[in-house]
Amino acid sequence: MSGGEAIRPERHGGHRSGPGHDDGSREQSMVPRAAFRSYYGRPVLKPPVWEWKIPAYLFTGGLSAGAALLAAGADLTARPQLRRAGRVGGFAALLVSMYLLVADLGRPERFHHMLRVAKPSSPMSVGTWILVAYSPGSALAATAEMLPAAVRASLPGRLLHLAARPAGLSAALFAPGVASYTAALLSQTAVPAWNDAHRELPFVFAGSAAASGAGLGMLLSPVAEAAPARRLGVVGAATEIVASRLIDRRPGFVTQAYTTGRPHRLRRASEYLTLGGAVTALTLARRSRVAAAAGGLALLAGSVLQRFGTFEAGVTSTKDPAYVVQPQRRRLRRRSEGLEER
Amino acid sequence: MTRENSFHGPLTDPAADAGHRDHPPRVGFFTDTSVCIGCKACEVACKEWNDVPEDGIDLLGMSFDNTGMLGASSWRHVAFVEQERPLGRQDAGLADLPVGPSGTEATTEVVADALEVAKRGGGDLGTAPVDLGFPSFGLPGAATGVESRTEFRWLMSSDVCKHCTHAGCLDVCPTGALFRTEFGTVVVQPDICNGCGYCVSGCPYGVIDRRPVDGRAWKCTMCYDRLRDGLEPACAKACPTDSIQFGPLDELRERADRRLAALHEAGVPEAQLYGRDPEDGVGGDGAFFLLLDDPEVYGLPPDPVVPTRDLVSIWKHVGLAASALVAASAAVFLRGGRR
Repeated sequence: MSGGEAIRPERHGGHRSGPGHDDGSREQSMVPRAAFRSYYGRPVLKPPVWEWKIPAYLFTGGLSAGAALLAAGADLTARPQLRRAGRVGGFAALLVSMYLLVADLGRPERFHHMLRVAKPSSPMSVGTWILVAYSPGSALAATAEMLPAAVRASLPGRLLHLAARPAGLSAALFAPGVASYTAALLSQTAVPAWNDAHRELPFVFAGSAAASGAGLGMLLSPVAEAAPARRLGVVGAATEIVASRLIDRRPGFVTQAYTTGRPHRLRRASEYLTLGGAVTALTLARRSRVAAAAGGLALLAGSVLQRFGTFEAGVTSTKDPAYVVQPQRRRLRRRSEGLEER
Repeated sequence: MTRENSFHGPLTDPAADAGHRDHPPRVGFFTDTSVCIGCKACEVACKEWNDVPEDGIDLLGMSFDNTGMLGASSWRHVAFVEQERPLGRQDAGLADLPVGPSGTEATTEVVADALEVAKRGGGDLGTAPVDLGFPSFGLPGAATGVESRTEFRWLMSSDVCKHCTHAGCLDVCPTGALFRTEFGTVVVQPDICNGCGYCVSGCPYGVIDRRPVDGRAWKCTMCYDRLRDGLEPACAKACPTDSIQFGPLDELRERADRRLAALHEAGVPEAQLYGRDPEDGVGGDGAFFLLLDDPEVYGLPPDPVVPTRDLVSIWKHVGLAASALVAASAAVFLRGGRR
């Protein structure tokens, strides 16, 4: 852009900035930094107060759901080791999720205030009740797996054993909700990057949950039993990668929050790991336990990075006023030209 | 209890929509920034009446604004913008004075650079101390002569929670801590809030925030306690120029329309109402403004939309993804006898 300063349309109170500026990223942004006006370059929105615990929960929650689905299938098709891995792993991930969710609150001791109301307009309230419905089944099925032999022979032990299948199935019933509601949680906010991607995000998260659950199955169960885990890993990974790429290709300025800087690097690394895990699942993991474990770990790591990358894209889009002002200005302009409805 | 336009679009009576019967008329603020003198009496009165704690004592380099933004501990925020242009046909009276151009452009660059590396990109302003390293720059006009003397105007505007017709914070609150009052305003109940932080990301204006030392979300209550006693909010009471006007929203809207017409007639074509339109993305604001430049110059979003507008589309896609997950999970077990 020659004579950049001279052609700046607004000289007063305007601040020229844009994503990818001074954040250490080497990527050239595709859209030139356009001039926009702001209040001393200050953010318009409050960046999320959530820190690492929420993206970590996005992963553990998805992992728990994916594992529960796999465990239920393994139970019905007589794959005891895969079932055990799914039930115990799924419940462990659920316990970690609970810790992360409560610890992230400003007032953790008031976590039960979430149970005061059921509010369809709040994805967090909906999610709370999905977790409430999901947890008992997950807990019961996992407990049944972990009973010591002595207890298993007693009456309570035998009853618990009988309850394990319905419990596991009930967890599997609510697991798809656990895996995907988090996309609504992020999208129903004023955070430009999350709100803009609300059509793609559920598929990214559901795919990521399936891939991570499958990764756990590949990691913890023998090759002979893990065929469904490998297939789920491939399907989940493919869904996650395609949906994630669709986000990168969305038209509009806000997409840059995903395609530049740290969020971009995290999501690109996630893509490589997820792809590697899926290829392993299709090939070497069918024969070698070691390869299966490595592929499983790659899928798990890919899911972690996807969640953190998506989360950080949102945070980035709130810190820079360009992500708020530019799209809204464009919308107003198009509306005044009669190109866009309200 | 989903009635028509409960989530977005024009809604004449939000209090009734929230279940209040025989309620008083909806009240609000009309902040006419054309008569704001930047005294910050509103900020002080608000802090005093509502016992709002300190939000950090820092020099920000934003003209006379050392509050920076609305936040958990700043429920009124006076913005200061210096511009090299006259206000209407006014003579700034600078022609023979030894002053130079306004320094806003230079200071903006300095402040923006400092904000980029600040915690939460400066989003902590109004909530917690933000050290911008005492932004410094040459004195406006120090190195220039008569030739650079320009027209000058100073925009000041007292920002506040908009008490939206469709409030993003209220819609997403999972505990019921945020509620719609009988006056149509939006208030947080501190004894219920558990500090989940969802409202912070639900607000399209960046108003509500979580107070770090306390863990709960806070924002303007439009002095709910005073309203219940038939008093006007502390900021409006303290405003010496009636820049902040309080009253039934219908009356305020009429008054604002008249004021806008008067200003246009007086040769201030840039005057515009912000948040007045019940057809806008949040169904109109309970606290709306008369501005003398585009909203983003004051740090306001030009076309905010309540996130709840996308609720149906969001859950439709979540439902599709969840169904696909069920189908995929079943399919991977059904494929032949192959293990």
